[in-house]
Amino acid sequence: MKRVALNLAALGVLAVSVFPVYWMVITAFKPTVDILTETPAFWPARPTLDHFATAVRAAGFWTFWRNSLAVTVSAVLLALVVALPAAFAVARLRWSGRRGFVLMVFVAQTAPWSALLVPVYIIARDADMLDRLPTLTLVYFVTTLPFTIVTLRGFIAAVPPELEEAALMDGCGRTEAFRRVVLPLLAPGLMSTSLFGFITAWNEFAFANALMIKDQGDRTLPIWLSGFSNVFGTDWGATMAAATLFMLPVLLVFLVLQRRVSSGMIAGAVKG
Amino acid sequence: MARTLARTAARPALVIEARPRRKGALWPYLLVGPAVAGFACLLVYPLARSIVISFQHFRLGELIRGGADFAGLANYAEALGGPEFWAVVRRTFLWTAANVVVIMVIATAVALMLPRLGRRMRLAVMSGMVLTWATPVLAATTIFQWLFQSRLGVVNWLLVRLGFDSFRDYTWFADGGATFAILVALVVWQSVPFAVLTLYAGLTTIPGELYEAARIDGAGPWQVFGRVTFPILRPLFGLITSLEVIWVFTCFAQIWAISKGGPGGATATLPVYAFQIAQSLHRYDLGSAVSTLTVLMLLAVLVVHLRRMFREEGA
Repeated sequence: MKRVALNLAALGVLAVSVFPVYWMVITAFKPTVDILTETPAFWPARPTLDHFATAVRAAGFWTFWRNSLAVTVSAVLLALVVALPAAFAVARLRWSGRRGFVLMVFVAQTAPWSALLVPVYIIARDADMLDRLPTLTLVYFVTTLPFTIVTLRGFIAAVPPELEEAALMDGCGRTEAFRRVVLPLLAPGLMSTSLFGFITAWNEFAFANALMIKDQGDRTLPIWLSGFSNVFGTDWGATMAAATLFMLPVLLVFLVLQRRVSSGMIAGAVKG
Repeated sequence: MARTLARTAARPALVIEARPRRKGALWPYLLVGPAVAGFACLLVYPLARSIVISFQHFRLGELIRGGADFAGLANYAEALGGPEFWAVVRRTFLWTAANVVVIMVIATAVALMLPRLGRRMRLAVMSGMVLTWATPVLAATTIFQWLFQSRLGVVNWLLVRLGFDSFRDYTWFADGGATFAILVALVVWQSVPFAVLTLYAGLTTIPGELYEAARIDGAGPWQVFGRVTFPILRPLFGLITSLEVIWVFTCFAQIWAISKGGPGGATATLPVYAFQIAQSLHRYDLGSAVSTLTVLMLLAVLVVHLRRMFREEGA
């Protein structure tokens, strides 16, 4: 009896958590007649790819896709390049100011970024950086930087220092020891850290909305999706197809990271 | 997060003495230099600029021409003196409390349920959580607008089927209270997975012997939670609650994408309100003052958490 109640509750939780995404996918595959009906169908009897075709053919689709990809990838790479030495300094070296730096990273990690929309807009305007993708790259670089430093510090600290010491004994320079001993061991950590940075930047909406205002050609996918009613009107099939396509890369990243996600290692790091 | 970091911090740092000290002294600063520069340019500077603007007369003219006059506390007086600001503050606290309480209650219940499930069911629920977590914010806002669509939305269909006939063609997004409720549902739906997975990870670290001992002593399930589970996981509960408070309090994307603070200002929380007055009224000075007050209020709410975090992680 208790078992049955428990499993029913679990099914309820599962249904609530999965249904919205299921409904998005299934709407994207339904023919329009089946969407415009009073009694919704919960299974696509006649699946169609029409809505995906509409979404892909929508004006600017490939531009927005390319913009999102370019901004996200460049921000993540920049964050990695800057975070790696900083994380090494925090994990392995002793220097005065280290404590202060760590505190700054933690403050930055919990910074209320949405309170900075107005000043960043003004600064970008003064610097003639509005409506330019590199501006978004810089913003996303800094928003993902704290998390990247914290995570990489953990990964570097997990590499036994003795390995590096041995390399130094054998006559390697410090940089060479890092490159040849620590870096290869860090590869999985770098991989998962950058993928989580990717998700954060891919999803970002508030700054893209505030900084990319005039030119259609500078928009990213979240901005495009937020204005779906201007693009698709009441074509919910195409709207859901567009949302599905937008979610696809993130889902792939999560599948790659599944083991790490369930281990809770990245706790607190990523959220839209 | 706090725990892993506390652990890694406790490990003695490697000090490489192979090189002369004087030369090594500059190394760490060169390594963190770019990161510090990044934070300085895009976090500290905007924050400082925002505070300066909040003390200036800074509107459309100043934005275009540049240069702005010092205005003292005029913007703060204007914000604090009007009834609208306090309505927004009350709404923001209601928004934060409603979301965080519902998130924590549901997440705790689900996390406690997980270990009691069979292996397959547990895996299914956890995969569902990961799927929800992976849903991008803007995909989720679009989905919820479709779910709650007035004529074709599946929610109205279900409610009518269940006998609530007043929901036939009900336009959720025309009503302030209904939009607020949908936004709470959306943020809760998106936030629960993180809390569940983190709490569950914490639960698995509690040795089973403790539960057994409590049960032998005759403790009921509520007592086990109150006397064993909660006290052990108190730091984790504190951490998750604080993070949720930060995220919900400063939440912008969901609200802006669905309602832009409307209808009739019913969903304008502090970050949304600050952005509104800056963007549509060109009152950058007043918007900055509201932003500064927002950050101060958030700090006041979180002061306990921040003090603990600095103590634990400052090492």
